[in-house]
Amino acid sequence: MTPSLEEVAELLLTEAQRNGATAADVVVAEDETLEVGVRLGEVEKIKQARQKHLGLRAFVGDRSAITSSADFSREALVRLAADTCALARIIAPDPFAGLPAPAELARTQPELDLYDPDVAAVSAETAIEWARAGEQAALDADPRIRNSEGAQCSTSSDRIVYASTLGFRGTYRSSGVSLSVVPIATDNGSMQRDYWYSGQRSLARLDAPAAIGRRAAERTVRRLHARQVPTCDVPVVFDPETASTLVRHLAAAVSGYSLYKGASFLIGKLGERLAPDHVTVVDDGTRVGGLGSKPFDAEGLPTRRTVVVERGVLRSYLFDCYSARKLDARSTGNAARSVASPPSVSPTNLYLEAGTVSPDDIIRSVRRGLYVTELIGFGVNSVTGDYSRGAVGLWIENGELTYPVEEITIAGNLLRMFDGVDAVGNDLEFRHSVCAPTIKIARMTVAGT
Amino acid sequence: MTTGVDVREPVRFFLERFGLTDRTLEQIVGGAIARRADYADLYFEFRTVEALGLEDGIVKTASQHVSQGVGVRVVAGDKTGYAYSDDVTVDSLRVASRTAQAIAHEAGETRSVAVRPQRPAHDLYTLPHSPLDTPIADKVELLSRIDVAARRVDPRIKNVLASVAAEQKLVLIVGASGFVVGDVQPLVRLSVTCIAEEGGARQQGSYGGGGRTAFAFLLEQDRSLRFARTAAEQALRNLHAVAAPAGTMTVVLGPGWPGILLHEAIGHGLEGDFNRKKTSAFSELLGQQVASPLCTVVDDGTIANRRGSLNVDDEGTPTSRTVLIEKGVLRGYLQDRLNARLMGLPLTGNGRRESFAHIPMPRMTNTFMLAGESTPEDIIRSVDRGLYAAYFGGGQVDITSGKFVFSASEAYLIEGGRLTAPVKGATLIGHGPEVLKRISMVGNDLQLDEGIGTCGKDGQSVPVGVGLPTVRIDGLTVGGTTA
Repeated sequence: MTPSLEEVAELLLTEAQRNGATAADVVVAEDETLEVGVRLGEVEKIKQARQKHLGLRAFVGDRSAITSSADFSREALVRLAADTCALARIIAPDPFAGLPAPAELARTQPELDLYDPDVAAVSAETAIEWARAGEQAALDADPRIRNSEGAQCSTSSDRIVYASTLGFRGTYRSSGVSLSVVPIATDNGSMQRDYWYSGQRSLARLDAPAAIGRRAAERTVRRLHARQVPTCDVPVVFDPETASTLVRHLAAAVSGYSLYKGASFLIGKLGERLAPDHVTVVDDGTRVGGLGSKPFDAEGLPTRRTVVVERGVLRSYLFDCYSARKLDARSTGNAARSVASPPSVSPTNLYLEAGTVSPDDIIRSVRRGLYVTELIGFGVNSVTGDYSRGAVGLWIENGELTYPVEEITIAGNLLRMFDGVDAVGNDLEFRHSVCAPTIKIARMTVAGT
Repeated sequence: MTTGVDVREPVRFFLERFGLTDRTLEQIVGGAIARRADYADLYFEFRTVEALGLEDGIVKTASQHVSQGVGVRVVAGDKTGYAYSDDVTVDSLRVASRTAQAIAHEAGETRSVAVRPQRPAHDLYTLPHSPLDTPIADKVELLSRIDVAARRVDPRIKNVLASVAAEQKLVLIVGASGFVVGDVQPLVRLSVTCIAEEGGARQQGSYGGGGRTAFAFLLEQDRSLRFARTAAEQALRNLHAVAAPAGTMTVVLGPGWPGILLHEAIGHGLEGDFNRKKTSAFSELLGQQVASPLCTVVDDGTIANRRGSLNVDDEGTPTSRTVLIEKGVLRGYLQDRLNARLMGLPLTGNGRRESFAHIPMPRMTNTFMLAGESTPEDIIRSVDRGLYAAYFGGGQVDITSGKFVFSASEAYLIEGGRLTAPVKGATLIGHGPEVLKRISMVGNDLQLDEGIGTCGKDGQSVPVGVGLPTVRIDGLTVGGTTA
């Protein structure tokens, strides 16, 4: 008889304490996944699995260690608890280590609509049908789409149990379904690929396969015959997909870990103006059906709504318990962990609030500049905010999108970029856990020929 | 406590651990290879990773992770059925096998397969002791000495973040033709990041290395302390770096890790899957000039103890040295079984996967350019105005358009044939099929990197190596901020 996830958690906590742990917590997770891939109408892959894994963190006084395993046999669990405590004893004491204060723990676990039982019921045949429909819509959309990297449809359903020696016991289920299409367009010696994608927690919220395929086709075809532009300083408009990456850079810089390590360009900036009035950034772990929502964080604290930037002013950093103690602050309920890692800070649903201007009006406001649709590379220095990334997009002339551009970089500094957010679009959609509407940055360096 | 499994016979280790016999392997793999399937294999994995982390002068994180499981694959034409499980029993293997087989639209027609254990073709990293066997106390001490060494470089070094990871991965691969091959793959890696602070300004520097070696490798030739000092010096230098230039200019890449150029600009584009599907900017360029005649580029998985090396790839094929570009002419692709078969080209031993939970695909091992004849001094002296890039962060490529980027984290201006001011980090961008044609000088100083590279493709990460002699590129776009 296989023990339940809850029984595994109880056994690990008991065994850890028997081995001298003064405190401990456990994450046990099981998931079921299906992934299918279709290319040029033919099934290319079907992948299916069920997995379970567990992670134990044990404290012996101020020392701690973390272990993970997929072996759920009783002997293995007993040995893991002993190993974890032995490992903790070897390393240095850290006075900031420990579980949360009991008063901070979540008392109720809100129903956030994170699980759709219909997702787990999607068969491989159905997933293949959706992937085919998505890819076919892309192939049918334009005669220049003659090849494809294919379409993928995947589903996952999981359940997580979190328990600690403070008496906290929590569990929740969540599900995910996604469909992506990657067409290839060729025309007169030019070959380009782009993609479109929809990912949600429930089937009802997923975009229609044909709509995803058509959008992917449109994004791909418009990149044909892209060219370089001469090096210049111009306004840069980020579409919602690329604008969300700037919100991610902000998230990294407001993480308590970056701050106490001295590795953030936002150290000491709390209460200061970071951006114009129309910039408000919110982290909200309680959004119903949200891709980043959860009823409690990885330390058992309630998730919440935190205004990070309010009308341009930096109002809050994001913390878990450890980074908060290091900086004499309080956790914002942003602890996240995999079974195999200690908690760290992660945004939940982090978004730049929608503005009032339409994306078309934003583009129209630019006499000469760049509209960015894809960014590549890792050229962001979180310590200084220095920013330099490869970009793909469309050139703006006299308020109109003209020809596609590639093999260029855009560079600046994140502090000056946030300060230079000239316009915020009204087109925010919750397509990812971190998202943004179209934005315009007053001036960046575009490097090309 | 964590110890490596003492495995002289990985095949026997797996059979004993999971209670399997030659006979059950024959039944499972024979059951998987249905009539209409072309290929099937089983991939068993048992992996232990131990990691320690230092910050604020103390070693305060310790972790140990054990994962095990099996992946069952059935290939029919260009279709792949894959199922995996972390519960390795005869029953779960049968279920996985049936699931994977669904792709071939048939089940039950078993073939008879006789398994025959064989040894890997190479012996590149047999060690007297697994890196997991080194006592944790020794690893804690190493990290503490790194902290001291980095801070001793300069009082402006305000924080040192260092981590050391030791891994042992055991694999067992059973192919449909009946071969059974096992391997024991050690891996160590040390990473150091220093934060420097001066008058309110902060900067960071990072360095590290490792390989398929014993832990002692990190201590040899003062290696670990050199990593610490290098990271500290990079952070300090960046404090006074000037803005990087913007635009297209002559770029000189230093030896070693800047070989990431090859990985991004051409390596990915020469992976078999993209070329079979004709989605690569290099599709159908075999035999054509894609680089200057000074360039010969190879992918070599057979170099002893390197991070990117393997005795056999993750499909059981012996790794090899593949010439990708010979004197500027495109000569070969990197292959896994599926793509080699469909393209009618030879196997190269590049079928790799992140774990039992992943489908293999063509991946690089250690990718580098052979040495040329110029001295590095002459190469720098030949440039009147340009950029010298000595160290890089990550890179990325768009296979289809061929555009690639890689981000310099240590770079200098070249003025009048000499290195002058250090410049801030900047992304370099170019076109894969063109960039190597602009290489006008190749140094006699080939170096392989220190052993830190991890390559991501389609959500799968695998350890890789790169290498490069000093090279001069006549025209690459530098993404700085000053015109």
